[in-house]
Amino acid sequence: MHRRSVLKGTAALGAIPILAACSGGDPATQAADSKATSLGSGLADAVPKSGIQAMVDLFQQQSGDTVRLNVMPRDQLVNNISTYLQANPEDVITWFAGYRMRYYAGKGLLAPVDDAWETIGKNFGAGLADASAYQGKKYLIPNYNYPWAVFYRKSVWQQHGYQVPGTWDELLALCATMKKDGLSPIAFGDKDGWPAMGTFDYLNMRTNGYQFHVDLCAHHESWDSPKVQAVFDNWTALLPYQDTGALGATWQQAAHNMANKKSGMYLIGTFLLQEITDKSIVDDLDFFPFPAIAVEGTDAIEAPIDGFVMTRRAEKNKAAMDFLSFLGTGAAQDAYASKDSSNLQTAADANTSTFSPIQKKAAEMIAQSKKVSQFFDRDALPAMANNVMIPALQSFLKDGKVDLKNLETQAKTLYAAA
Amino acid sequence: MRRPTQNVRHSGTHVFLLAMSALWLAPLLWTLYTSLRPKEVTDKYGYWSLHGPFNLHNFGTAWTDGDLPRYFVNSLYIAVPSVLLTLALASMMAFAVSRYTWKFNVTLLILFTAGNMLPPQVLAAPLFEMFKHTPLPYVLSTSGSLLDTYYAVIAVEVAFQLGFCTFVLSNYMKTLPGELTEAALVDGAGVWRQFRRIILPLTRPALAALATLQVIWLYNDFFWPLLFLSSGDRLPITTGVNSLQGQFLMNYNLIAAGATLTVIPTLIVYLALQRHFVAGLTLGASKG
Amino acid sequence: MTQTTAPVPVATEVERAPRARAGRVRRLTGSDRLVLGLMVGVPTLIQAVLIWIPTLLSIGLSVTRWNGLALSGIKPVGLDNYRYALRDYPPFWPAIAHNVIWLGFLALVATPLGVLLAVVLDQQIRFTRLYQSVFFTPVMLSLVLVGIVWQLVYARNEGLLNNLLGTAGTNGAVDWLGDPHVNLWAALIATGWRHAGYIMVLYLAGLKGLDPSLREAASIDGATGRQTLFRVVFPAMRQINILVVVITFIEALRAFDIVWVINHGTNGLELLSVLVIQNLVGEGQVIGVGSALAVLLLIVSLIPIVIYLVRTFRKAD
Repeated sequence: MHRRSVLKGTAALGAIPILAACSGGDPATQAADSKATSLGSGLADAVPKSGIQAMVDLFQQQSGDTVRLNVMPRDQLVNNISTYLQANPEDVITWFAGYRMRYYAGKGLLAPVDDAWETIGKNFGAGLADASAYQGKKYLIPNYNYPWAVFYRKSVWQQHGYQVPGTWDELLALCATMKKDGLSPIAFGDKDGWPAMGTFDYLNMRTNGYQFHVDLCAHHESWDSPKVQAVFDNWTALLPYQDTGALGATWQQAAHNMANKKSGMYLIGTFLLQEITDKSIVDDLDFFPFPAIAVEGTDAIEAPIDGFVMTRRAEKNKAAMDFLSFLGTGAAQDAYASKDSSNLQTAADANTSTFSPIQKKAAEMIAQSKKVSQFFDRDALPAMANNVMIPALQSFLKDGKVDLKNLETQAKTLYAAA
Repeated sequence: MRRPTQNVRHSGTHVFLLAMSALWLAPLLWTLYTSLRPKEVTDKYGYWSLHGPFNLHNFGTAWTDGDLPRYFVNSLYIAVPSVLLTLALASMMAFAVSRYTWKFNVTLLILFTAGNMLPPQVLAAPLFEMFKHTPLPYVLSTSGSLLDTYYAVIAVEVAFQLGFCTFVLSNYMKTLPGELTEAALVDGAGVWRQFRRIILPLTRPALAALATLQVIWLYNDFFWPLLFLSSGDRLPITTGVNSLQGQFLMNYNLIAAGATLTVIPTLIVYLALQRHFVAGLTLGASKG
Repeated sequence: MTQTTAPVPVATEVERAPRARAGRVRRLTGSDRLVLGLMVGVPTLIQAVLIWIPTLLSIGLSVTRWNGLALSGIKPVGLDNYRYALRDYPPFWPAIAHNVIWLGFLALVATPLGVLLAVVLDQQIRFTRLYQSVFFTPVMLSLVLVGIVWQLVYARNEGLLNNLLGTAGTNGAVDWLGDPHVNLWAALIATGWRHAGYIMVLYLAGLKGLDPSLREAASIDGATGRQTLFRVVFPAMRQINILVVVITFIEALRAFDIVWVINHGTNGLELLSVLVIQNLVGEGQVIGVGSALAVLLLIVSLIPIVIYLVRTFRKAD
């Protein structure tokens, strides 16, 4: 036993260098002349994953630098972002435009990428530049954007003779007809909590206007107001037509409900096409903007921008900055788009001639819109979106009740602590 | 020894036990069955069908695409040092509190035992912040701190398991006759020698039981790696297998295969060391 | 931690076994004192730094407002976080209710089932080892795996349960994990599946260790099997009974992994432990509120812990 316990002790000590090899490493990220960088990607579904891989491959081939790619499920990246950024993040990560980027830039967890913007800035117009900036500095390299719209299968609609609804009343009437025809009118999956924000945002912008959305997200408007109440009143009318099992289904599962012709339509982003890849179904898809309700017609659309940010520690890593400059080129975005044709490249010099009909229509829709919102969880305080809105919307879906006074109380506490 | 009153009810007992066994095994067999079937087949005929073919393709895919080998190795990096350190420290502590009387030995034992029973979430924020503010050279940690390192996970696992192991071992050591060490004392053996030469060898059965138990518990631990490890490629298997769900979304066949593969090491340990494992769970509950 | 490794009380032994004559520290030489000091000091230091100091820090953070970045950003706010948690935070009371239901289910269903299995298997019947292995298998699985395995059972159209019920693929199919009216119970059955096996093993070991003469005496006195069980066996198992109660209580408070795996503890599966983590590490990190919730969890947990410690150590010393 004596010898054994000594052996045990030695084994335990011997494990330390092994662990060092696992937890430690070359401080490559710190070196200015480094030829290596890394990318943490939350795009884990097959289609976007291969798109990111294509970007990385092209960069490595062109520059000779190496990129270590760490792919994690989207929810893992998003749910742990604050701890991830503070612990051991990759140099570059996939992230989002809007307040969701500014919040972490303001906390000093992201590094400005103005150097990259000097070379690729001409690729992006004023709208994209604004969405990428915080306090005069750029923090985001846009990759693609995508509108949220109401999708449907043309064949189903032809079969039943449905017309695209232009107004709220027409939408409700259509839903009622669909229900009569044995369809579940609106596909919906909110297991992950965020998809319901898409419905909330459109109802809010159509009911109260774009500026109210912005002010509410910034908590310049109170939640405990008749305007917010009106949004939920409208939703109450729509709720019976949304999939009843929404709380247990992911957006991907809901997508298949529409693809399988069980649901009549689906309010979702064009990333829908990452999940529905069967060409015969894709060719059968079409979409229309969320109908007008009270104000501003259909001027405002929700079209979030996804892109890349640099984490604080990579600030001095030249390879990381080179990589980001590359990511803002049309060539890089085309490499991504060659694998994922559901989104729209943002760089001006990107090749749009290969756009599918859906992409063309989506690009037109963005070009014609007067106001572009990001998404509730990108425009509002992260704690408000995550800790308050997700449970509040899920509970609204459950029993149709919402406590606006409480939302306002929580908002006050959280915005004060931020 | 047969007890006379018990032969009568046996058929009823077996019906009850068989029914319960069916309930117990159904989820496991369903998982195994699902994992053996190709996705194309279940898509076509549904999961509730008997159509073949049955093969191990899902296991191969889960193994490579799910990066399972890496997760398994990571689990070893955490479990092996944690168990060795826990047992080494706990046996020393147990020796000191059980073989010697001094002012605070019971107080300490109580504190150790209580610490083991706390919900880990209570400590999460302070530990995270403490580790974040502990600088480490880059050679040891790419994060420059204790975050995202195995040291952090091991340290907390050891601290958490120490209480339980100390308690069990001290009780075990208390039952060893005092004459053993007194004789050694007469021979002029020091404290370390008494511990190493006399007490520790006699504690072997308890150590074996605890080691088996701890290996399984640490292998199964989810929370601490979830909190401290942020790099996906450093996760141990239990935390890693959870991310398969995000990765293999809706592909129940692959998820089932991944789950089945994850169970295999525990089953091997269980079958090989069943006696020790059950003894570890019930140490002291029965005599011996 | 995926399992309460609550120490099994050996107080019975401590009471009965001739106690080792403990050595006296005073009689030791200097180097022996040093060795002993290290043997005690190192583990104690680890416990203090990694368990007790963080517990105190949690209490400290719970009366502050902090964004988790610079230490200088910590601001005292008194009891605001507690007020927020108790009054304004909608998931708080549902989470408490769910924890209570969790405890009730384990205490009234899963634990008694485990005890029943142990009593049945303690009889001299055929295949008892085989049955034991069956009921014990889930205990080997992590709660994460239990969650994954049961998701395969509960899946709305693909799962075993709805296929057995014949509702899979129809509109009548219950979404066992997605429907907030039933998902707590679905999660409880999955937990109970494992918990009952664990209790069975503990109880069975206790039964096997019971002095056989107790039962013999009872049967000579003409007691029926049931009378023997309730009047003789259960009372003689006092220590194990306490242990089982404590484990049940603590498992109910610690429940975390399984709901985290299912849906991160939202939509009907809120539990106190999950709310702590959502507020501490989620995207919306609010450390003050998370810490206040952690302290409330701590206070509740101290009840079974103190009961256990008093019961175990009072007799021993």
